[in-house]
Amino acid sequence: MTNEIKILSPCGMLGYGFPEQSFLRGMEEQPHGIVVDAGSTDAGPHKLGAGVSIVSRRAAKKDLTIILENGVPKKVPIIIGSAGGAGARVHVEWTLDIINEILQEQNLQAKIAIIWADIPNEMVIEANRQGKVNPLSPNIPALTDEIIEQTNGIVAQMGHEPILEALREGADIIVCGRAYDPSPFAAIGIFHGKDPGLSYHLGKILECGALCAEPGTTKDSILGMIGDTSFKVKSLNPARRCTPISVAAHTFYEKEHPYILHGPGFTLDLKECEFKELEGEIVEVSNSKYIPAEQHFIKLEGARKVAYRTFVLAGIRDPILLENIDDIERRVKEQVNDYYDEIPQSDYDVNFYNYGMNAVLGNKEKAVFSGHEIGVMIEVIGKDQELANSICATARSTFLHFAHEKRKSTAGNLAFPFAPSDIEFGPVYEFSVYHLMEIETNPFPIEYR
Amino acid sequence: METLFDMAKVLRSKNSGPFELTMDILFDSAEKYQRVKDSNKISMETICDLYNITENEVRHIVFFDPAMGIKITILRDVSSGTVGDRDVYGAQQHAPLMNILID
Repeated sequence: MTNEIKILSPCGMLGYGFPEQSFLRGMEEQPHGIVVDAGSTDAGPHKLGAGVSIVSRRAAKKDLTIILENGVPKKVPIIIGSAGGAGARVHVEWTLDIINEILQEQNLQAKIAIIWADIPNEMVIEANRQGKVNPLSPNIPALTDEIIEQTNGIVAQMGHEPILEALREGADIIVCGRAYDPSPFAAIGIFHGKDPGLSYHLGKILECGALCAEPGTTKDSILGMIGDTSFKVKSLNPARRCTPISVAAHTFYEKEHPYILHGPGFTLDLKECEFKELEGEIVEVSNSKYIPAEQHFIKLEGARKVAYRTFVLAGIRDPILLENIDDIERRVKEQVNDYYDEIPQSDYDVNFYNYGMNAVLGNKEKAVFSGHEIGVMIEVIGKDQELANSICATARSTFLHFAHEKRKSTAGNLAFPFAPSDIEFGPVYEFSVYHLMEIETNPFPIEYR
Repeated sequence: METLFDMAKVLRSKNSGPFELTMDILFDSAEKYQRVKDSNKISMETICDLYNITENEVRHIVFFDPAMGIKITILRDVSSGTVGDRDVYGAQQHAPLMNILID
């Protein structure tokens, strides 16, 4: 009987790529599961709102091919978390299509479990009316029926429970819709009877691939080993190593608090954790605590379309223009408003981003400008695409020829890198739902194919 | 006097979910970490000033000794990736912290 459970994490995001050699070193360790995270809200609301993925189909297939051709013949369970980037039905179907293509090409057979994470809008409306839906932070507006109805594809982050059930049913490949990032990893440890605190903490570390090593990257493989009172992490690439500091520091990564983590149905307390260096550049971690929640909440995510955008990029090199840039931009906007006085100003907006000056930090920039050129992005937001395009064209030509009193460059103010200069962006989304919903029954149905 | 940027091994920012921004300051020596911690420069006042925010927009300022790290989490003005956002991943919002001077 084996006491240590091994989990192979190929990379931090399916489709980011990883060295095949690292992955194969992981396979030599005879892992009990290959788990890869495929989703994130990091890339913004557009993925969920428009139903598209973060990585290209080509890249996702390249990574999945290595995983499937090695894992399936050896009967190592393969789990994909938050399939397709945002984990809604369309993203899961996209992933399944790639998996089926690979299985066919490689002539492999596999039992596939699909765990859906879509939450019907009506269910959210009903729960919201009963006061069971709450925003995750004070800057998130409360939900209304209207906002929920305008939201495409609400998903919820699943915990380990449905994944555990699919493992018990003997699935070879488990494709999860939206999941709490560490859950698919934790499911392997918990399935083998390991402590949920250690399983989840290990999952939190493995979900980013080799980012917990030095030098850190999401584009390389890492191995987790979980025992009865501790877990271990080991780099699978000799060019990187795990140290107690690198692993402890990773606990910080993209979480609001360094040692309190809230997951679906529990809190993870890592305050008393110990990080120890073992021989062979292995780091051992103990004392991760799993505290079950009294009420079970799931985190909902949803996006809705809020506007359309058109933008144009240009360079400015003239020192007189640079010196008066804020004033010029304000007056360009005024001229556009005046020209289109028949259109309500609430239907559109013109924004200027001065790259080289303060575009990244906006009003938080404290550095004084000292450069000799900037890049200007004129962004126009409109209630429909045609309006955004029209306003952008007028703003661009107004800026190009704007007759500032002090200027010497009377032939033109903007250096466009491209022709045509204006770029139709399409719809802009926002995270309209980012709330906790109280549940009593499991909302994540499993389907076997 | 040294800047926080010179003293830190890692000084970074990132979204923690689409509505929050989290900054991590990590050190490679206990001495440096302790010096920064004892300086009391990483305070509510400093953060509010550098980020033009009020105290109730600061979620956490936590010193975590086992990892020799400091975490600061604040509310975003605009949620990630929608109209008005300037940094979808929140990956370059650590810059205001760089020039904090430590004795």
